[in-house]
Formats: sequence, C-alpha cells, structure tokens
Amino acid sequence: MNLLIHHFWELTITGLTIGAIYALVALGYTLVYGVLRLINFAHSEVFMYGSFAAVWVLMALNAAGATGLGLVGFLLLGGIAAMAASALVAFILELVAYRPLRKRNSPPLIALISAIGASFVLSEAMGLRDKPFAWLGLDAKLADYVGRPRENTPLPALLHSQKLFNFFGYNVTNVDVIILVSAIIMMVVLDQFVRRSRLGRGIRAVAMDAESAALMGVNHNRVIRLTFVIGGIMAGGAAMLYLLKIGVTRYNAGFILGIKAFTAAVLGGIGNLRGALLGGFVLGVAENYGSALVGSQWKDVVAFVLLIVILLFRPTGLLGESLGKARA
Amino acid sequence: MLLEVDDLCVNYGRIEAIRNVSFTVGEGEVVTLIGANGAGKTTTMKTISGLRPVRAGSIRFKGEDITSMPAHDRPVLGIAQSPEGRGVFVGMTVAENLDMGAYARVDRKTKAVKDDLDRVYSLFPRLSERQTQVAGTMSGGEQQMLAIGRALMARPTLLLLDEPSMGLAPMLIQQIFDIVTEINQQGTTVLLVEQNAAQALKRAHRAYILETGEVVREGTGAELAADPAVKAAYLGGDV
Ligand SMILES: Nc1ncnc2c1ncn2[C@@H]1O[C@H](COP(=O)(O)OP(=O)(O)OP(=O)(O)O)[C@@H](O)[C@H]1O
Ligand SMILES: [Mg+2]
Repeated sequence: MNLLIHHFWELTITGLTIGAIYALVALGYTLVYGVLRLINFAHSEVFMYGSFAAVWVLMALNAAGATGLGLVGFLLLGGIAAMAASALVAFILELVAYRPLRKRNSPPLIALISAIGASFVLSEAMGLRDKPFAWLGLDAKLADYVGRPRENTPLPALLHSQKLFNFFGYNVTNVDVIILVSAIIMMVVLDQFVRRSRLGRGIRAVAMDAESAALMGVNHNRVIRLTFVIGGIMAGGAAMLYLLKIGVTRYNAGFILGIKAFTAAVLGGIGNLRGALLGGFVLGVAENYGSALVGSQWKDVVAFVLLIVILLFRPTGLLGESLGKARA
Repeated sequence: MLLEVDDLCVNYGRIEAIRNVSFTVGEGEVVTLIGANGAGKTTTMKTISGLRPVRAGSIRFKGEDITSMPAHDRPVLGIAQSPEGRGVFVGMTVAENLDMGAYARVDRKTKAVKDDLDRVYSLFPRLSERQTQVAGTMSGGEQQMLAIGRALMARPTLLLLDEPSMGLAPMLIQQIFDIVTEINQQGTTVLLVEQNAAQALKRAHRAYILETGEVVREGTGAELAADPAVKAAYLGGDV
C-alpha cells in the first residue's frame, strides 16, 4: 500500500507508457476481429518481426551513439523499418494463412487453428534463424544478426534515458515522453483515418454488415487486406517504442505482449477501436498498481484477474463490442 | 433490355432456392416479383447484386454478362439494392449511411452527389431532420427510408427494392409507393419485390409470379391484378 502511495505517479506514468504499447498492438487484434470475427493469434509475431527489423536496420547503419538530428533520424528510421516489416508480415500472413481458408468458407475454428499454427511457425522461424545461414556458410559473417537466435537481441545504444522534468516526485524521462507522444499521434491518425476517410468508412461498413458493404461497392478482400496492413503498421510502431522502453527483443517477445494486448482489446470491447486504446492504458496502469500492492511477480496475475472481473460485470468490455456501436 | 435473367438456378447447399428463373426488365420500367414466403424473391434479388453464387443460368445487365462478376463491382455499373431487412450500417449516422451509398460512384467528389443528397432529403424529410442520429437507434420505418435513400445515393440505373414497405405504417406504405413511382418517373428503372401485391401490381408496368423457386406467370400489372387466380392467391380477393 505504501509503495503504491509513494510511487503513485511513477507507477501511473510508466503504466501509461507500457499501456500505450499494449494499446497499439491491441488495435491490430480489434481491427481484424471487427471485419473477420477472427482472433489473429499470429499478430504477436507481426509485432516481434517489426522489433527485429528496427534492431537490424539500426545495427546495419551503425546507429549506436548518434546524437542530435542524427539520433532523431535514426529513431524515425527504426520506426519506419519496424512498421514496414510488420505490415509486410501481416500482409503475407493474411494471404497465406487466412485467405485460402476464406475462399473455401471454412468454419471459424479452422481459421483459429491456422492462426495459432502461423504464430508458432513465425516465432520458431525467428528462433532458428541461424540455421539456414549456417547451411549457406554465412552464419559467421552475419553473427551479429543471426547468432544466438534464442537469446535477447539488444537495440543499439541510441537513446539514453534522461530526466526531463519532475512530475509529483517522479522524474519523467525523455523515453516516457517519446513513447506517449508518438503512440498518441499514431492513435489519433488511425482514429481519424477510420472515421473520416473513404477507406476507413469501408472498413467500418464491412465490420457492421459485410453484405450491405458489398452492395455499396466495398471490396471485402481489399478491406481485409487493409486492416491487416494497418494493424501491422500500428504493431510496428509499438515494436519500436517497446525497444526504446525495454531495450531488447527476442524470438518470443511477442508472446506475453501479444496476450496482454489481446487482453486489452477484450477489456475495451473487442472490435471497438477506442475500446482497444482505453483497454491498453487501463491494463498497463492497473498492472503497475497491482504489482505495487501485491508484488511485481504477480503482475500478470493482476492483469488477468482484472480482465475476468471486468468481463463479469461488462461481458462486452468497457466500451462494448464491434467497430460499429461505439462509432469509432 | 436493361436486365436479362436467363434460366437462373441458385442453391443453398442442396436446397434449390430458385430454379430456371427467367425474366427481363426494360429500361424505364417498374417490374415486380410477387410470391409467397420462401418463393425465392430475395434470393433472386441477392443474386442479381452478386451476393449469392449462381449454379446455372446467366444474368446480363446492359447487354454485359455479369453472372460471375463480384458483388462490389456491380454498383459502379448502376445496380443498387435496398435489401430485405434494410441492412443499414447501425453504428453510422444517417449522413454517413447515405454517404456510403455513394461509395462506388466515380463522380463522388462532384456536386452531383450533393444534389442527390438534397433529393433524398426532400423525398424523406425525416432523414433530413435526423442527419446526425445513429442509424441503429432509428425506428424500423425510419431505417427502411434510410435503406432506400442510401440505394438512391448510388444514382443507380437499376434500383432493386426488396420489400420496401416492410414494417411501415399504412400511410407510409402509400408514401413509399408514391416515391417509387416518382423515382421511376425521374428515369430510374425499378425491380420491386413486395408482400403488398395489390400496391405492387398497381404501380408496376409488368409483373412475374414466383412459386417455390419458379416463375409461374407473367403479365402486365393490370392483367395480373384482374386475374381471378392471382386475386385469390395474392390479393386476398379484395382489390
Ligand atoms: N441462407 C439460407 N440458407 C438456406 N436456405 C435458404 C437461405 N436463404 C433462403 N433459403 C431458402 O431459399 C428459399 C427462398 O428464400 P427467399 O428468402 O429467397 O424467399 P422470399 O421469396 O424472399 O421469401 P419472403 O417473402 O419470406 O421474404 C426458401 O425456401 C428459404 O428457406
Ligand atoms: Mg424475401
């Protein structure tokens, strides 16, 4: 209790930063669920590939130690690399793991199995990435990239956490600010895109009534592809922010984070964009408070107890299900 | 002929919903399909819009074979439908729903769309009053108006109306049929499915009667309305 009171603002702000990352990843789950009524379990791997893309690009460019404008450029570049890689993985995932099933009208359970299978394949492919290079005899040369594939891979030392200002006793760092500001920018852009643009309306239309959407001339497959790609972009952005916060990634980095983000999506009301955002922040903060109260080893337990309690009282999540009802 | 449906067969799994259905709709006509529940009217409408796959037969629109064209490519050709059960986007506002109606239009950024919007609002003043209301909170009748208005926003050559009077109060039914006639006089061809056979026959140039998935009779609206067998089966004998 004391811990919670004394570190309240620290817990809140660091909770919001991890919550922002959950929220960005949660958007991918919720978007795809909205249009396909499918939990894309491989979305966690979409995130993980983005994190590696950022690390590798920054390694290849010798970004470590950059300052000033160079630093800003590298941060942006890392983010863009992550977004591009995640979007690409999401795109391929839809093409390979889901579209063939949809064409044959397979039952939802089959798609779920396909999703879980794709998740393992993607994760293990990253975890065994040294092997194909070893067969080619390139593993020594590329050791920085593919060596020790099951260990942590650190982000090149770029941004050093620095105190920026004091907020009720907690020293807010540059990393906190960067994470929160960039996450919020991404969220606002997405929200406006979905609400205002023609394609965004198409996404909402498909989510609300796929047949009517087709009658309006909305191309169902294109909308689905688009939601996977947008979800990927958001996950890629989240991956870069995650690296800034956590500093390392690994082949199974998506696992727990994916479950948390999925929890956030359900917490907010799956299929509901603003719900996913709210769910992410609530989960991140609640986890922090919870671990201050009962010990940090209980963090994940707290997250899921919270989920269960909220669903008991609000079975469709905080803001209710569907891209439609909550108008976002 | 604007629309030519030839020997159309559509199945749901092993169930044959319609069998060898043939009919035509000429430019500028109002044509109605009449039939009991389960006769296959909605299936026919959905198939024309491309929502159901065709097992056999063909659909031609403006002379072009569209039998296997994806549904989302058809609005651009000039086919719009107000579906049975309305199918409005419940989470969108009235204005957004109407905007969706113009989704496929090539001229969607021009003033033409604005003019059509004004026309829809003047046909349905209720929609104009409720532009910012979320469609899901509107009454059934209001949603029906919205579905028709949304279809009109596509500025279709061929307007498919599946039970536009469903759920409406008698006074409004009259009004909807007046609007159908008005739309038709403004140059839109209409294919109309109705439970309200008396009204439909009165408004239609020609009509087809569907029974258990097959066309059993055709004729002008007046002819069928006067036919004793049709009267007995569909008009309750009191026209
Ligand atoms: N999704 C479906 N799956 C299985 N059978 C269906 C499906 N939709 C319709 N049918 C069957 O196809 C036949 C035609 O149905 P349809 O909806 O076209 O009738 P309708 O003439 O529009 O009837 P109503 O006047 O009640 O609207 C019916 O026997 C119906 O049971
Ligand atoms: Mg019907």
